[in-house]
Amino acid sequence: MKMKPILEVKNLRTYFYTRRGVVKAVDGVSYELGEGETLGLVGESGCGKSISCFSIIRLVPAPAGVIVGGEILFGGSDLLLKSEEEMDRIRGAEISMILQDPMTSLNPLFTIGDQVAEPLQIHQKLKGEGLREKVREMLNLVRIPSPEVRMKEYPHQMSGGMRQRIVGGMVLACRPKILIADEPTTSLDVTIQAQFLRLLKEIQHTSNLSMIIVTHDFGIVAKACDRVAVMYAGKIVEMAGTVELFDNPEHPYTAALMKSLPKAGMRQNRLYAIEGQPPDLRTLDSGCSFAPRCPRAMEICRKEYPPRVEINDGHTLSCWLRKGEVLND
Amino acid sequence: MSISVQSTAVDGTSRQESGARLWAMVLHARELPLFSIGLLLLFVITGIFGDFISPHDPLRTNLRAVLLPPFWEETGTATYLLGTDHLGRDILSRLICGAGVSIEVGFSVIIVAGLLGTLVALLSGYIGGRIDAALMRLCDIVLSMPYLMVAIVLAAVLGPSKENIIIILIVLGWASYARVLRGEVLRVKEGDFIRLAVIAGASPVRIMFRHIFPNIVNTLIILATLQLGMVIITEASLSFLGLGVPVPEPAWGSMCAEGRGYIYDAWWIAFWPGVAIMLVVLSCNFLGDWLRIRLDPKFRQI
Amino acid sequence: MKRYILKRLVQAFVSLFAVTLIVFMLTQLSGDPALLMAPPDATPRDIQEMREIMGLTKPLHVQYGIFLADILSGEFGRSFKWDKPCIAIWLDRFPNTLLLAGASMVITIIIGLSFGILSAVHVGRWFDQFGKIFALMGQALPVFWLGLMLMYLFSVKLRWLPTSGMGSWEHLIMPAITLGWFFTASIARLTRSSMLDELDRDYIKMAKIKGVSRSGIILRHALKNATIPILTLGSLNFVFMLNGTVITETVFNWPGVGRLVVEAIFTRDFPLVQTTVLIGASFFIFVNLMVDVLYAYIDPRIRYQ
Repeated sequence: MKMKPILEVKNLRTYFYTRRGVVKAVDGVSYELGEGETLGLVGESGCGKSISCFSIIRLVPAPAGVIVGGEILFGGSDLLLKSEEEMDRIRGAEISMILQDPMTSLNPLFTIGDQVAEPLQIHQKLKGEGLREKVREMLNLVRIPSPEVRMKEYPHQMSGGMRQRIVGGMVLACRPKILIADEPTTSLDVTIQAQFLRLLKEIQHTSNLSMIIVTHDFGIVAKACDRVAVMYAGKIVEMAGTVELFDNPEHPYTAALMKSLPKAGMRQNRLYAIEGQPPDLRTLDSGCSFAPRCPRAMEICRKEYPPRVEINDGHTLSCWLRKGEVLND
Repeated sequence: MSISVQSTAVDGTSRQESGARLWAMVLHARELPLFSIGLLLLFVITGIFGDFISPHDPLRTNLRAVLLPPFWEETGTATYLLGTDHLGRDILSRLICGAGVSIEVGFSVIIVAGLLGTLVALLSGYIGGRIDAALMRLCDIVLSMPYLMVAIVLAAVLGPSKENIIIILIVLGWASYARVLRGEVLRVKEGDFIRLAVIAGASPVRIMFRHIFPNIVNTLIILATLQLGMVIITEASLSFLGLGVPVPEPAWGSMCAEGRGYIYDAWWIAFWPGVAIMLVVLSCNFLGDWLRIRLDPKFRQI
Repeated sequence: MKRYILKRLVQAFVSLFAVTLIVFMLTQLSGDPALLMAPPDATPRDIQEMREIMGLTKPLHVQYGIFLADILSGEFGRSFKWDKPCIAIWLDRFPNTLLLAGASMVITIIIGLSFGILSAVHVGRWFDQFGKIFALMGQALPVFWLGLMLMYLFSVKLRWLPTSGMGSWEHLIMPAITLGWFFTASIARLTRSSMLDELDRDYIKMAKIKGVSRSGIILRHALKNATIPILTLGSLNFVFMLNGTVITETVFNWPGVGRLVVEAIFTRDFPLVQTTVLIGASFFIFVNLMVDVLYAYIDPRIRYQ
């Protein structure tokens, strides 16, 4: 945590205005990302982890989704205050993103080469042989065999793993400082998942890239992340270094998530499942949103949202259980 | 045996009940297209009671009141609110009686073609096999023909009359119902309540009409609403070409045709019937689309 | 795939055959052509003679055979009124219809595409609402009435354009708009929905992530993908237009094949009616076939149905 932060998200709030009410998809999220660091964002689907990432690059689905508040500090200025044109210059050049499904991330009507070349044309104004050379270099970097041939081919001629690597090459072409990966391996085979993660980590080491990996898989967290933030119902409930979190999961939700992991070498007939449903983000009351599903919920949990406290070096938590202890001490 | 009969009955009624509840929901919806419904009601009422409502005899010519403009223009009079045509006939009265013609043609066609199409769909979808193949080929042939052109030729050969127009539009119209509804029948046929009815020994005819038909009737109504507009426009087009309802009976299409020759002197002759057609067709399309969104399971998640 | 094409091909021929049969039967119903053609002072014997010359005394199936042979020879019989091969008259008129439909097509695509794109980009806002109303109107306005109203506005009131007939390019404007109105609305709606589909795709999100500008997204990425269904519909529309010219040509006195049908009907020139209808129907059936095959080619799911 001594690293200099490259990105600071402060009290970010992104709401969706639907016919049936306001969905508070991201509701007061704060974290910072150090240079060269990898932060994992973990949670069940629908907890707002993807939306918080799309908020960073200001691509929340309009017109329903609106970033209603907060600050996103990057390079000394607030991204939320930038104009659309300024954001165009940042996206792809400074901050880039990988989406979940490589099968749909590439435009079927453009060649691989054209698609990898596009950010270079836009941001670095490359042309002709220089552009071709750079595209070849990127495809080499992401281990696409015979890039010269592949450049002229179309996405449907590639396998899923290859496509995801191409997407990687495409979003990293301009050497951005931050890469956000939204469930980058969910739709890949297990072996290819590991391969792709290793590739990302390698590129990270050679180019001092900072990464945010969104996932619901603690396996990926263990392999790739330095620090983890656990999200529930639009809020970060616990954040700590990966080792610390695995050793001392404090929030009952984190603990439950860990329990639901199948462990190697352990004979488990039934996966642990968290009781109950994720809450409806439209009808949150003032209490802790996990309280209805929490086995250790107390009176106060249903009434008031627990404040965020630091319980250990770099380990923060929002839970009345520990808050109580801290107060008692 | 008696148990399964009972369960069929229960299942059958529950299906129909849910259909009824759906309709209740439809009618209680807030965004009911009142404009369309109001206009269509007005259209139907004027169509039926045209003779009593119309201020003048739509056929009576008055050579002293030829080409009078609508009342708000300088030379217009309140006697002829929307003006008169080249023979001094009252346009408002002709418009009102023309609604009757459109209604007669429109409703006869959608009802008969709709029922014919339903019958074909039930036979084709439920019985299947050769009957299905033959009926669907026939359907393909009808649908692959240029609609308006064939209608024109048929009208030319059979001679222009209201009855012939109705027959022609039925002959050309049933196929699109049959095609869509057959798909519905195939879908409904797979339901457990149909299997139960078969086990209970219900006859194919009973199954088709008591069990399947109530489940496709929503689609039929949507199609018919959308078709009504189409039929009215086609009838008007044929009448415009002089192949539809013969003059002097007032039909909206032929009124426009009469106005064509007077477009320099009297725009109102052609103007009003067109407005009437447009409003009615617009209402049909609007209502049809609205019903589709409300009743079609594919759209109903909202 | 081959089987599917073959099946559709057979179906198309059956449809064509059915059309010839219908047209033939209709002419049988329409009365005695000899009576229609005979001069008013012809004696019954003259008429009988004419019947024999025209082959009307032969049994029906033989007559139908001759009728088919005439079609296959490409002559389509002789017109009663003009005393020329029908096909020659048709060919005389067809370029005019082609010109009208072509002009209409261009207008349709330009207006329809731009309306559709703008509606998709401004989805839910006033332009989109306006587009919705425009499309509903497009489907509800009777073509003949639209033509007459344009004529009143631009020729009678504003005196900008000639009322009817053919000649300069100015004569072309109103008929082309009238003919294309309906299709403009449908192209605009289709463009809108397929653009909306496209704009929702992951690769569009990806392009935004790469930093592609808004106009680049719309014009380069989304439009290219969205044009496929639009072009298919467009080509289909062209043939529907060729068939739909009857009313437009009648309104504007445009000397094309559409008016030819109406003229032929009112002069009871049945061979000419047969010819125009048969050619029109063949076009129609052929294009339906092409479109089905094209779709099967694009969408593999159809092939296995």
